[in-house]
Amino acid sequence: MLDRSEVLHVARLARLRLDDEEVDRMAGELSSILGHIAAIAALDLDDVPPTSHVVEVESALRADEPGPCLDRDVALAQAPAVQDGGFLVPSPQAG
Amino acid sequence: MDVQEIIGLTAAQAIAAIERGDLDAVELFSAYRRRAEEDELGAFTWVAEHLPADMHADGPLRGVPLAVKDLFCTAGIPSQSGSKILEGYLPPYTATSVARLEHAGATIVGKTNQDEFAMGSSNENSAFGPVLNPWDRTRVPGGSSGGSAAAVAAGLAPWALGTDTGGSIRQPAALCGIVGLKPTYGTVSRYGMIAFASSLDQAGPLTRDVTDAALLYRHMVGTDPNDATAVGHPEEIRLPTAERLDGLRLGVPTELTSGEGLEPGVLAAFEATLETARGLGATIEECSLHSAPHALSAYYVIAPAEASSNLARFDGVRYGLRREADDLVSMYTGTRHDGFGAEVKRRILIGTYALSSGYYDAYYGRAQRVRTLIAREFASVFERCDLVVTPTSPGVAFELGAKTADPLAMYLNDSFTVPMSLAGIPAISIPCGLSEDLPVGFQLAGPAFSENRILDAAHALERAIGFDGSPARTRTGATS
Repeated sequence: MLDRSEVLHVARLARLRLDDEEVDRMAGELSSILGHIAAIAALDLDDVPPTSHVVEVESALRADEPGPCLDRDVALAQAPAVQDGGFLVPSPQAG
Repeated sequence: MDVQEIIGLTAAQAIAAIERGDLDAVELFSAYRRRAEEDELGAFTWVAEHLPADMHADGPLRGVPLAVKDLFCTAGIPSQSGSKILEGYLPPYTATSVARLEHAGATIVGKTNQDEFAMGSSNENSAFGPVLNPWDRTRVPGGSSGGSAAAVAAGLAPWALGTDTGGSIRQPAALCGIVGLKPTYGTVSRYGMIAFASSLDQAGPLTRDVTDAALLYRHMVGTDPNDATAVGHPEEIRLPTAERLDGLRLGVPTELTSGEGLEPGVLAAFEATLETARGLGATIEECSLHSAPHALSAYYVIAPAEASSNLARFDGVRYGLRREADDLVSMYTGTRHDGFGAEVKRRILIGTYALSSGYYDAYYGRAQRVRTLIAREFASVFERCDLVVTPTSPGVAFELGAKTADPLAMYLNDSFTVPMSLAGIPAISIPCGLSEDLPVGFQLAGPAFSENRILDAAHALERAIGFDGSPARTRTGATS
């Protein structure tokens, strides 16, 4: 059901690099899983509303007042690279 | 008390012994710390090196050690969710549910192994190696809370915390011969749980008996300013005392108990337990959950869709693994290629596909409508029945490697646990007997917030069944 090009398209959307061997394996496995899932396509669901959340939750907003939050040093402590008090990443431009 | 006597106690019995002055909390912690350190099952990913300085031994849980699934954030303690992408990650804060338990007097003795990001039913998807089932070390403990289940079953911890998204507490509890409770969605805060599928994830206890499950759960529930979906519990969670089931109506959904794939030995143990329930005064009637056969399909759309969104945060920027590259997108894609295991990649791809333009309505939209049907059908059944009962898992613990080559076969392990997850309702698994010398789990599910009813019924059944979980503990206790 899913071919190599579709797997590569979805992987690109998910920002996931796949090896050649992984692309082939995923195409087969995802097709088998999606084939099983496809059974729900046959159900008559026109009058059934979707459920996104099972518990009735009222919007809980606190007063918009500044409070304590993580110290900058603590927030940066686990980062792979840091510069000038911020997270350091490579340039968005290739090369 | 000698070590064998100490590890023979349930958590509630250990608390009572401490209160009587027969047992010292430090002695108890040391005994379990040593056992966890000598773990040969792969159940732990981290073990405390010493007693924490801030042990709350005066709290109601009296300092009793607790094993915590790896995906709970614990400040300054590795919290890796079974993933290479979080190897060595030290969170800056502690999950609310863990903090509540520590405040009540629980002491973290170790973090337990799990399937990567809780995606799996055998614990074979952990980046830190598989967990072995203490009943038979050639078999899986179930998953994703496999380390927690194996640790409790083997007496390496008196009790443990797990999480359940589609069965990840109940199924490993069943396969390891212990008790596992998946609470009503929203009764326990999810703050600090490394997210898998946010509309389904729920923390709960894995314990040796039903009383311990009630005791641990009662100290976990509550609202939380850091989790707007945490609604707490309308009732105080009681320690169960019921010994009879008089007047209790148990519904047996035909769709879940007559299907193929259910092992004969599991069905036999399930039916024997129905007889036991009848003997205690319960009435058994057939009921119908028409859409239950479609629950697994809906689940394997909804959970991966939410996972693909939740796992977007693992990009090599703020924490965890980074694969260096010349440009930002190559850094993202390379980091995620190297950091995620095969099952996580599979689910990210399924979820991204199901949410992508042109497919959203056909997959995610329809799955959410199936979810509504399942919730409605449970509600309808609960007008006639007090609880729904099923086997927890279609089979007993399978051999390591038996299902790793076929993801779909692995997913079918969750057939009996996923419907309750989609409906957000509570369910417990208790050991009800053996098949092929391996434990079989009996699942009891009830309406939202019916934990007290479920715990009472499970307690009465547990007494009548008299399941002996000690062979597992004895076998692995030989080193003590």
